[in-house]
Amino acid sequence: MRALGRWLVAGIVLLLGRGRRPARVDRGERIVPPGPPSPGAELVVLALFGATAACALAFIVVYAVESIPHQTQFLGLSLGLAFAFLAAALVVVGNRLVVTEELEEGYPPPAHPSEQESLEQLVAESGDRMTRKRLLLLGGGAAGAALGAALVAPALSLGPAFEIAPFFRTPWRRGVRLVDDRGRPLRADEILEETFYTAYPEGADREQLGAPLVVVRLQPAELHLPAGRDGWAPDGIVAYSKICTHAACAVALYRKPTFPDVEPRPALVCPCHYSTFDPARGGKVLFGPAGRPLPQLPLEVRSGGELRAGGNFSGPVGPSWWGVRNRGAR
Amino acid sequence: MRRLLAVAVLALAVPGAAAAQQGNTILFANGKSLFAANCLTCHGIDGRGVSGRGPRLTTVGALGADFYLRTGYMPLASPRDQPTRRHSLFSPRKIDSLVAYVASLGKGPAVPKPHPERGSLPVGLRLFTESCAGCHQVVAEGGYVTGARVPPLHDATPVQIAEAVRLGPYLMPRFPKTQISDGELDSIIAYVVHSKHPDDPGGWAIGHIGPVPEGLVAWLLAGAALVGACAVIGRRIES
Repeated sequence: MRALGRWLVAGIVLLLGRGRRPARVDRGERIVPPGPPSPGAELVVLALFGATAACALAFIVVYAVESIPHQTQFLGLSLGLAFAFLAAALVVVGNRLVVTEELEEGYPPPAHPSEQESLEQLVAESGDRMTRKRLLLLGGGAAGAALGAALVAPALSLGPAFEIAPFFRTPWRRGVRLVDDRGRPLRADEILEETFYTAYPEGADREQLGAPLVVVRLQPAELHLPAGRDGWAPDGIVAYSKICTHAACAVALYRKPTFPDVEPRPALVCPCHYSTFDPARGGKVLFGPAGRPLPQLPLEVRSGGELRAGGNFSGPVGPSWWGVRNRGAR
Repeated sequence: MRRLLAVAVLALAVPGAAAAQQGNTILFANGKSLFAANCLTCHGIDGRGVSGRGPRLTTVGALGADFYLRTGYMPLASPRDQPTRRHSLFSPRKIDSLVAYVASLGKGPAVPKPHPERGSLPVGLRLFTESCAGCHQVVAEGGYVTGARVPPLHDATPVQIAEAVRLGPYLMPRFPKTQISDGELDSIIAYVVHSKHPDDPGGWAIGHIGPVPEGLVAWLLAGAALVGACAVIGRRIES
């Protein structure tokens, strides 16, 4: 740990010393007229850079602390102020610290190495007024780094990068009863055709990704479930995770034909991006951006007629990301 | 025809309940001939259905017939078309006859009698958002589901809304009383009726199609304005 600290200090020192070049050879004639140094303006710029960095850090803090009231408004305020301070700093640099001159004509485009040199001289001389150039650069760098960190910070909300095991854990085990939104157990004979039901695991947290189910009854003859799912659909009742495998919206639409001879087949549809799943074929994707089928939950009906889970889902529930196919529900 | 006339004369002659019953008989007879002329090719003799053309009507009852005929969904030009709302080809009297006839084909539900005035608007909004807005959009402007156009509900009457909820026309799922009770249905209807004239806070409503399209329109207009402003600034510096 200490060695690491030393390396860090050494790196910073090297970085700061890197730009220490020998003083520029005086070419005699200046292109840009000399301007007076203005340490006051430099202080203002430094202060503005500092304010930028402070506001950007405030954004990160507000983002991280969820208990702050009116969080969204404060996020907007801090980020907006950071940009405003940065803009003000650059305005002051442009107006007070860079030598400006009025030109009748534009500079000719550089065509020869000598002109290239004069252009470099021009740029160098324009910065002549700055007495504490490195400090200013450091201030600007700090402001930029803080702003960059503020803009990247929300990416942490995309999900845990390392602790992903809880995503694959579901409350469904063999024998867990299906209950409706009022906590009443669902009976197999109450499940009608041509409509759909939302079910939850009895006694478990409903906010979990793996909790909600969508349950429909189909004609047993219509079912063509994938191999290995025999007996998963007692009396044609099938249950799938209600969470879309694309972006985790609730699969809240059920499309059922009034006259199956000529109308589209029954399908579970996600209202967000119209991912369409076939409940008769193991949740296969019929249309839309979803990349894998809806996970199916095996069902069983024991004496008493209540619907119970026959095990865990056929695959991982919830939205998809890299590697999700290689795992199973736990 | 002579028998019909006889029935009609009888209906005029006998007062009270008997008259009403005879009136129903006339309705039924008219309905049967109308059915034979307009519905039989697809729905079959006695509404038993024709494979690939039209479903059985023995269980739809007065509810189904009333909905499909008064919305103009039926008759349909081709069995593969999605039924859409249009002005009905039949006069209200003829529809009465057809409904009476279809209701006689089997045991089906009667035409519901909703009471939206008993419903509660906030409850209706919540229930509509949960069960209907996914397809019909939150102020019932309609939209799309894969494979079909979802109709707007501007022209739907309270009775038709109640019928559609219980029936599930075309690709819509049906909602039995265990899912949506009659009281909840009253609230939903009250909300749909209200949504025809939503409380506008002012400004351009853009057809009430929702906050996301509204935001897109705002971005589009603001973007155009910004580009315009840039062009003006650029021209001033140039001159």
